[in-house]
Formats: sequence, structure tokens, C-alpha cells
Amino acid sequence: MIKTDTLIIGAGPVGLFCVHQLGIIGLKCEVVDNLDKIGGQCIELYPDKPIYDIPAVPECTGEELTNNLIEQIKAFKTNFHLNERVEEIKKVEKKWITKTNKGTEFESSSIIIAAGVGSFEPRKFSTKEIDKFVGKEIFYSIRDKTVFKDKTVCIFGGGDSALDWAIELSNTSKVILVHRRDDFRGMQASIDKVHQLKEEGKIEIYTKYQLDSVQGSEKVESINIKHDDKTIKEIKTDYVLGFFGLIMQLGPIAEWGLNLDKKTVPVNTESFETNKDGIFAIGDICSYPGKLKLILSGFHEGALAARGCFKYAKPDEKYRFEFTTSSKIVKERLGVKE
Amino acid sequence: MAKVTYIEHSGNSHTIEIANGLSVMEGAVQNDIPGIDADCGGGMACATCHVYVKEDWFDKLSKKEDGEEDMLDMAFEPNKFSRLSCQLLISDELDGLIVSLPSKQG
Repeated sequence: MIKTDTLIIGAGPVGLFCVHQLGIIGLKCEVVDNLDKIGGQCIELYPDKPIYDIPAVPECTGEELTNNLIEQIKAFKTNFHLNERVEEIKKVEKKWITKTNKGTEFESSSIIIAAGVGSFEPRKFSTKEIDKFVGKEIFYSIRDKTVFKDKTVCIFGGGDSALDWAIELSNTSKVILVHRRDDFRGMQASIDKVHQLKEEGKIEIYTKYQLDSVQGSEKVESINIKHDDKTIKEIKTDYVLGFFGLIMQLGPIAEWGLNLDKKTVPVNTESFETNKDGIFAIGDICSYPGKLKLILSGFHEGALAARGCFKYAKPDEKYRFEFTTSSKIVKERLGVKE
Repeated sequence: MAKVTYIEHSGNSHTIEIANGLSVMEGAVQNDIPGIDADCGGGMACATCHVYVKEDWFDKLSKKEDGEEDMLDMAFEPNKFSRLSCQLLISDELDGLIVSLPSKQG
């Protein structure tokens, strides 16, 4: 059981800046995120796209913003628990006990949900009968590539993941790449490589096709793919991989007894606390009259939520407002040398 | 101002008047039409405002930008009439537009 003052769910820009705001008022926190890296939507959806509305930063990319935020909180030596999704929370006396899908447990006096629109999950095939094969012969991510050695692998998708795995697996497997249109959207070098491998007979490519059905009783034996013009083609394959990017799912947050308004959590605008004492929501996931889904609004929300956490972490102390420019103790916390 | 009809996958249809300048996505979200999620809020970054444009309307719409086709790769069951509704801006010319919604978003 990891004990801390505040557990932050979500390592996007808003969660990261909230680490800073907790840190300067002397509260400890831990951060959990379901992605394998820090940065949330900024890193997953638009690492290279420019952002123009961060105050005092005329232009930066999602990746630069993330790196700067990480730099800004370095002094607090915060633990990040990546690749973990918070599954359940419960209140035991005055503490919140939180458990992740990997079994990590936290005890904290408050929780700040900075989870955007929820956790990122792989987008799936729409074909219904495939459920029994998922995780056995059908995958949305690859843990152990050796299982594909000397087998036939059918890869669906047109982005970098699909292209990279098609290239990689073509060394040891028979690879068939299927995509819904003629254009691929990955890096040009990867697209060129895939076309070169096709010329060399190492990859088969079918475009304007999508998965139609999967045949097999115990295991996948073959699949049917359907062309835009409705013609069907049968392909014998041992494995099927789908790389359609990630989608955000609210997931277990919906089960925690929080008030919900569509996919957002209503909060008060004084401390961004939800209907549950000690649980706060900031960033895209919170809603209140006038809410703007901007990173800068999330920073403000995090600053107030951090102060809201103070009374739960230190019920016998009075919170005192201090400026970073003048407070000796805040500068110490930030590791600033005078 | 344009009247836009949204047909849910179940067949329920909703016709809404939407002010010029808003997107077809915003028209749906502001009027609580189920079936358009718009997780990213209109940034062409999520493909959860995917709609099928009725055939005879498809060619009358502004052409897709590069990023839209890329995002449609990630939409649920896209077809050749698929668009992201956040990229369809309302003008008088779109009066009478009909879009169908997929069985789910993502």
C-alpha cells in the first residue's frame, strides 16, 4: 500500500501542473495513467501539432509542452505509475483506498481526477463473432512477437503501428496488410518500405478492404475481407492484428458514485470538488457553467483543487497563500538555490 | 441557418435548425442528439463525431482536409460517405442536409 496525500489520475498537462501546485504547498502525490508514457492527449493525439494558446508560450507542440511540464515538477520527484488504470476506489474511515488493474494500492486523503475523456483503449474490430479469439489469435497490441514466427499474420490498419509491425514481422512471418483505402498515413519512409517489401514479395497488400468475418471453431482458421465494391475475399491466416489507434473510454470512473453529466463530472468552481468529499475533478473531465476545454483552464482548476486537498491532508493546519517569487519555503520545495 | 436531419442508427430522426458557422457536430452536441460523442471537442483528433452523409449531399460538401481522412481510418465502420461532423460547417447552402449516425463511435 502506497501512502500519499493526493492521488492524481491522469498524467496529461493538467495532471502534471497539478503535481506542481500540490508540491509548492507541501503536499505529496502519486500519479497513475493508463498510457505507457507521460503527457495524455498532448502526447498521444498531437505530439507534433502546434498549440498557440498557452499563456506566454506563443507556440509549442504537445511534446514540448509535456517536456516543459515534466521539467517544472522535477524537484518533487513524483512517482508515475504508467500502464495502469485505476479500477476501484473506496473510502475507509477518512482515507480513500484506490486500486489499479495491476493491483497497486494507494491510500490518500484526496483524489484528483485529471483523466481527460477517460483512459485510452485500443479501437477494436466491429465484427461481433471475434470476441472468443481476442487475446489468443486476434490482438490489438503485441507483447511477444515470437509467437508469430513462421506463421501467417494479417494486419489491419494504415498508420505507423500497422506499417511498423508489417515491416518488422515480415522478417519472420508471412504478412498480409489490409487497409480501408489506398493511402497509408504513416511516416513516408515506412510507407516506402512497405511498398518495397511488396515488390520483393515479402508482404501482400489489400487496400479498400475491411474485415468482414472470422471463421474457425477452436482457433482462427480464415477471415473474409470485404472490398468497397462489396466483393468478399477469403484469406487463410493464423493471426489477426488490428491497429486502429486509441479511443478514450470513461471506463471505471463511471462506477464510483460520482455525479455524471454525459461523460463529464460536475464540480464546484471554488475547489473543483465533486459530489464526493475529497474527490476533485479538473481538466476536460470536469464540467461547470462556462467550462472551456482548454489546457489553460485546466491549469487554473488544478491550482484550486490542490488548495482544496490541503484541508484533507493537513486538517490541523491552516493553509497560507504564498507567492513562489517571495516565499522561502516554496523555493526550498522547488529546489531553488538562492 | 440550415435545417439538418440526424438519423440515429435505430432509425430515430431529429431535425434541428443550426446557426451558420457552427459545425454539424456542435449542432448535435448542443441539442443533445445521441450518437455523436465528439470526445476531442472538434480538434479532428478523435473520430468520435463520425457521420455518414446522405449520398446526394456528399459531393456538395467542402472537400476533406488531409487530417480528416487519416482520422476516419480510426472511425467505427467508415465507408465512402463518411465524414467527421466537426469539419462540416453550417451555411445556408447546407439547408436540408441529412446525416446518418453509426451504431457507435469508436
